[in-house]
Amino acid sequence: MEGAVTEARIAAPAADTAAPVPARETHIFTAPEIMCGGCLKTIESTLADTPGVLNARANLSARRVTVTLDPAITSPELVIAAIKGAGFSAAPLIDGRDEVHAARVSELMPRVGVAGFAAANIMLLSVSVWSGHASDMDDSMKTLFHWISALIALPAIAYAGQPFFKSAYAALSARRLNMDVPISLGITLATAMSFAQTMRGTDHVYFDAAAMLVFFLLIGRLLDESMRARTRSAAENLMSLKALTATILDKDGSVRQIPSRNLEPGMTMIIAAGERIAADGIVIDGTSEIDESLITGETLPKVVSRGTRVHAGTLNAASPLRVETTATEDNTLLAELSRLMLAGEQTRGRYVRLADRAARLYAPAVHLLGLSTLIGWLVTGHGWEIALTNAIAVLIITCPCALALAVPAVQVAAISRLFGQGVLVKAADGLERLSEVDTIVFDKTGTLSLGEPSLALDQPIDADVLARAAGLAVMSRHPYAQAMVRAARGRGIAFEPQLGVAESPGSGLSMATPEGEERLGSALFTGVTVTDPRQAASLWYARPGRAAIGFRFEDRLRSDAPDTIAALQAAGYQIEILSGDRPDAVADAATALGVALFKGGVRPDEKLARLAALKQQGRIALMVGDGLNDAPALAAGHASMSPSAAADISQNAADAVFQGEKLGAVVETLKVARRAHRMALENFGIAILYNIAFVPMAVMGYVTPLLAAIAMSTSSILVTGNALRLRSMKLKLDRVAGKQE
Amino acid sequence: MTSLAWLIPAALFLGLLGLAAFLWALKNGQFEDLEGAGWRAIDDAPPGPQGKSKPEPD
Repeated sequence: MEGAVTEARIAAPAADTAAPVPARETHIFTAPEIMCGGCLKTIESTLADTPGVLNARANLSARRVTVTLDPAITSPELVIAAIKGAGFSAAPLIDGRDEVHAARVSELMPRVGVAGFAAANIMLLSVSVWSGHASDMDDSMKTLFHWISALIALPAIAYAGQPFFKSAYAALSARRLNMDVPISLGITLATAMSFAQTMRGTDHVYFDAAAMLVFFLLIGRLLDESMRARTRSAAENLMSLKALTATILDKDGSVRQIPSRNLEPGMTMIIAAGERIAADGIVIDGTSEIDESLITGETLPKVVSRGTRVHAGTLNAASPLRVETTATEDNTLLAELSRLMLAGEQTRGRYVRLADRAARLYAPAVHLLGLSTLIGWLVTGHGWEIALTNAIAVLIITCPCALALAVPAVQVAAISRLFGQGVLVKAADGLERLSEVDTIVFDKTGTLSLGEPSLALDQPIDADVLARAAGLAVMSRHPYAQAMVRAARGRGIAFEPQLGVAESPGSGLSMATPEGEERLGSALFTGVTVTDPRQAASLWYARPGRAAIGFRFEDRLRSDAPDTIAALQAAGYQIEILSGDRPDAVADAATALGVALFKGGVRPDEKLARLAALKQQGRIALMVGDGLNDAPALAAGHASMSPSAAADISQNAADAVFQGEKLGAVVETLKVARRAHRMALENFGIAILYNIAFVPMAVMGYVTPLLAAIAMSTSSILVTGNALRLRSMKLKLDRVAGKQE
Repeated sequence: MTSLAWLIPAALFLGLLGLAAFLWALKNGQFEDLEGAGWRAIDDAPPGPQGKSKPEPD
């Protein structure tokens, strides 16, 4: 009886826990405002108090929060709301790509550990042997030490050297040569020969050199890789924050929020005024104005109504819309753009990196030198053994340790310097391509300019009128209305928000006053006849019994755009502006900036054609742009940059993304890229000097394992030290050695 | 010289121990947030809601 009761007692809670096994989902959020330890605590304790959150861990280095939650109780949207409640902005990470990359970094890390362990222990044994030369170490002890070294070196090199072996194999099977081919050959030969010498009990054992080589090279590769992972993760954070969510109206009338990537054709989206449209679709209800500047570069909003096609990424400016999503495939604009992008990528072609170009020259020379050493010693009658030993010593000394570190070390220093200044260099060879540029093609809207309208400064506007108009405008989310409000605030004009303002989508605002109706809106709406076509876009303010007052708007240039362009021109870069905006607006901007070459109303394929023409003239073009219409050109340019406010596709296509309002980032990037190129060449110089010093000794058979170890590490340290100078160096923009027109 | 017979294996064993500790730490994500770890160390409050230490609601 008693037994049964206990059994029941035990069984009950077991059944309890078995039935509702809390389902777990792990989500990663980006929260760029995590800046200090206090933020970690705030976020973690806030999330700990959020129902349904099982575990939350904030990461200060990555500016991300990993949350394990119970989907039955909470949802990612609620978690974001909780994080926002704590005072941080947050967004779900665009998943997938990040994991792949992180895996590659952590694959290198254990190899570095193993190589380091092997290098240190073998060096310990080698130092004993070397000092044994001077003291009384007998041959059997030496051989024992060599055997222990072999025991450590063989498995360690077989494991840690794999990244090089794989890459060399891939290059060779594609009938190419890259830097990893001579490296792999050097490592393999050094190890194999050392093993043979160990078995025969002689002195030429290079296990230490081989292990150290692998260790140094892996460190270089790891730094390169982790720097790239860091920039990429920062770029992903940016994109995730911009990723759109859509408000969906279900068939049963319920409303919910979903991320735009989960949208399917046929869903009904509700788009509030001031919201970006999350997917392509057709308007099924409502009339509004759409700001398409990110798509076409056109700054004037377009009126849409029932039946009009709207594109993802455009901004709903005026009033709420209902949009039915359509499949992306049948969307002519995006399909056209991706086709053009593909074409653009093909014209860019395959870029051969500097290190690999060096390897193409270097590897045959090295192999030839080794072979001629072998033959030379054979011809002079020294027998196979000595000849082979010396030939392999040549290969070990020439093994491009410094050469293989020369470029990555500089790149890491350059990329981390730019990272600190808000420029994310994403493409692996982006910096090298940026350094070769001699022509820069700018997009206008959103790149040279801020991409939002502001009240033109060259018109006399009465403060009272502005205050009054701003009072009306503050009730609307239309870009012009918001620009009015900003202008009033910027001039320190106090205004009172007006009540009873009615908004007519696509037309303007109206308010009934005792004297009659006040109107703020388009010319038609306010009853103005426009004679000057350039005034067509302006906003008019009409009061009963008084002449209507027009406001002109302009897309203001970034504050440092003139200085940037001047600096680039002074350095000899050829500057062009290609924009999808109206030709007269482009002409205005070009005149203000002192750019002689410009073209407005350019379609995406015309941008591509222009880039191709530049290439034909032998010019190497950098494309700087932000809109969807720039994406093909960004893919086609020899190098490309985007501001961080750019469309997703454009950011993906760009080699580098710069954050902040300043266009000066372009100058800074070019400075660093060019300096990095010079430094890479300098480093090659150091590596070659080292070879000139040691190779003759190797050819003549004077290289001992001790000498090889010393030579190898000093050249690696020199090269790395030289590269590190780039982090703090003062730079100026060198003149482009461009061709004369 | 006979002392080498156990000194070398001992040295290698200790080295391997260090390597194993490094690989373990790597696998456990100890290096995932180097900046944050510095801050967490000087945090006076009891360990936060890391892992399962979240208090059960009663």
